[in-house]
Amino acid sequence: MNIESPYFHPDMETLSRPEIEALQLHRLQQTVQHCMQSPFYREQFKQCGLHPEDIRTLDDLRRIPFTTKQDLRDTYPFGIASVPLEKCVRLHSSSGTTGNPTVILHTQADLDAWAEALARCLWMVGLRPSDVFQNSSGYGMFTGGLGFQYAAERVGMLTVPAAAGNTKRQIKFITDFGTTALHAIPSYAARLYEVMKAEGIDPRRDTRLRVLAIGAEPHSEEQRRRIEEMLGVKAYNSFGMSEMCGPGVAFECTEQNGMHIWEDYYIVEIVDPDTLEPLPDGEVGELVLTTLRREAMPLLRYRTRDLTRIIPGTCPCGRQHKRLDRMKGRSDDMIILKGVNIFPVQIERILLQFPQLTSEYLITLDTADDNDTMLVEVELQEFFTDDYGLLEKLTKEIQQRLRDEILVTPRVRLVPPGSLPRQEGKAVRVKDLRKKY
Amino acid sequence: MTINQLSIFIENKQGTLLQVLDLLKKAGIQLIATNLADTVEYGILRIICSDPQKAYEALKGEGVAVAMTEVFAVEIDNEAGRGADAIASFVNKGVSIAYLYSFIVDGKGILIFRTDNPELAAEAISNDGLCTLTEQDLSSLV
Ligand SMILES: [Zn+2]
Repeated sequence: MNIESPYFHPDMETLSRPEIEALQLHRLQQTVQHCMQSPFYREQFKQCGLHPEDIRTLDDLRRIPFTTKQDLRDTYPFGIASVPLEKCVRLHSSSGTTGNPTVILHTQADLDAWAEALARCLWMVGLRPSDVFQNSSGYGMFTGGLGFQYAAERVGMLTVPAAAGNTKRQIKFITDFGTTALHAIPSYAARLYEVMKAEGIDPRRDTRLRVLAIGAEPHSEEQRRRIEEMLGVKAYNSFGMSEMCGPGVAFECTEQNGMHIWEDYYIVEIVDPDTLEPLPDGEVGELVLTTLRREAMPLLRYRTRDLTRIIPGTCPCGRQHKRLDRMKGRSDDMIILKGVNIFPVQIERILLQFPQLTSEYLITLDTADDNDTMLVEVELQEFFTDDYGLLEKLTKEIQQRLRDEILVTPRVRLVPPGSLPRQEGKAVRVKDLRKKY
Repeated sequence: MTINQLSIFIENKQGTLLQVLDLLKKAGIQLIATNLADTVEYGILRIICSDPQKAYEALKGEGVAVAMTEVFAVEIDNEAGRGADAIASFVNKGVSIAYLYSFIVDGKGILIFRTDNPELAAEAISNDGLCTLTEQDLSSLV
C-alpha cells in the first residue's frame, strides 16, 4: 500500500464515466444471471418474463421489478439468498417494529468486499495506518460495529472496538490511546463533547482527534459544523444500510460536498416515490440501489426509502463516482402535520443556527380539539439571562424561523440545560402522541 | 454597591420548585427573600439568601440551571411614601428597572431590583443619599 496515494483502490477510484458504465453493465449481467439461484428472484423474473440475456444495456435495468423491504420480510429468513446457506459465514438482522425482521447473509467474499469498500472511504478522508481509530458504534447486529472494525483494520489502523455507551470510558480511551479518528452517530458526538467539557477536557488541547465519521442518523449541515467546531475535527458523512451490507455505500471526500457512491459496487437510481419513474440528477426522490458485488444476497433495484438527490456535475477531487446529497430523511421519518410534509432534519437545521441552544431537541406531536399540534422543546446551552423579555424574544424568534422553514407554527418551549433525555443509541427526536383514526 | 441574587430557571413541572428548595436546605442555606413569576412554559425563581456563592455551587453541582445576578438592595424607612421617593430618584436619573420586589425586616423596608444600567443607579443612590445593603448586612439579618 502506497501511503502517499490519495486512493485506496486507484484502479477503481480513477475510472472515467464510460469505464464505470461498462463495468456496471458487465457486473449487472453477472448479477442477474446469479440471481437465478435465488428462489425469490427466479419467481420474480418468471412473472415478468425476464431472462438474464435480456439485459443488454444499462437501460435494461428498468425491466427488472423493484425489491422492497416487504420482500425481505416475506422471504424471511433465507428465501432471497442466491447461494446455499453453507456458503454463508455471517448473518446480520435488523429488527422490524412491524412484522418479520429482515436478514442479510454474507459469504466471505461479501465481507471482504464490504471491508474494502469502507476502507476505501476511510482512506479517502486521509486516514492511514498510523492513525488510531475508535469505533463508538454498537456492535452485534448493528452493522456500524463490525463494518467499521474490519474496514479500519483493512486500512491498517490500530482499531479500538469501544462500542457504544459508557461515555467516560470512551473519553479515557481517546486520551490514553491517542485516538485520532472516531466513528459515532452525530448525536453521540455531541454527547462526547458535553461530557468532556464537564470533565474539564479540551478536545483540541487534550486529544489527538482529527477525523470523525458520522452517519446512521439523519442530521443537518449545521449539526456537522457544530461537531467540527466542538471537537476540533473534520467530520465526514457516511452512508450505508444493513440491506447493502452496512456503512461504506457512500462517503464524503475531503471536499465535504456530497457522498461518493461507489458505482463499481452499486447502480444508483433516484425515482419519484409515487410514480417510481426515474428522476434526473439534481432532483430529490427515493434512492434505489442495485448491488453489483454481492454473492450471498444480491438485491436488484432495492427501494431504500431514503430520500436524497444526486449532486450534478463532477467533484473537484477527481473521482467520477456520483455524489449523493445528505439524506433528507427516510420517507418513514417524514412528519405529516396539517397536510404539510416535514422532516425533523429541517427543524434541526434551524435550531442549530441559534448559539444559545444545545444540539438536543424533542418534537412532540399531539392532538388538541381534533387539530394536530407540534411542540418543539429546545435546550438552553446555559441559563444566560434572568430577563423574561429576552427569553420570550428568543422563543418568538425560534418560532418565527421554524414557521418560515416548515410552514406551520409550532409551540416552542425552552428547557434548562441537560434536561432533555440523552440516548446512547440513535437519538429519539420525535414523539407522536396523535390520535390515529 | 450591588448584591448577588440567584436566578433559577424552573420548568413548569410538578416538583421542580421543591427540588431546588430541597437542595438549598441540604446545603444549609437560609432564604431571605424569594420571588417567583412564571410564563406558560417556565418560571424564574429569584432568591436572596444567606450565602449566595455556596448556594450557587450547591445548585450548579446538581445540574440546576442557575445564574448569579447582580441586584441592588435599597433600605427605606417604614413609612408611607418612602418607596415612591426611592423609585423617583431612579426614574429622575433615567434608570429603568427590569424587576423589583420588596420585603420588610426589623422595621425597615428593603427594595430589591435589577437594572441594565447599574452605574447610573449607583449615581442616583449616592446623589440622593439612599442607603444600600451589602451581602454582609443581609446575612446579619438571618
Ligand atoms: Zn470528491
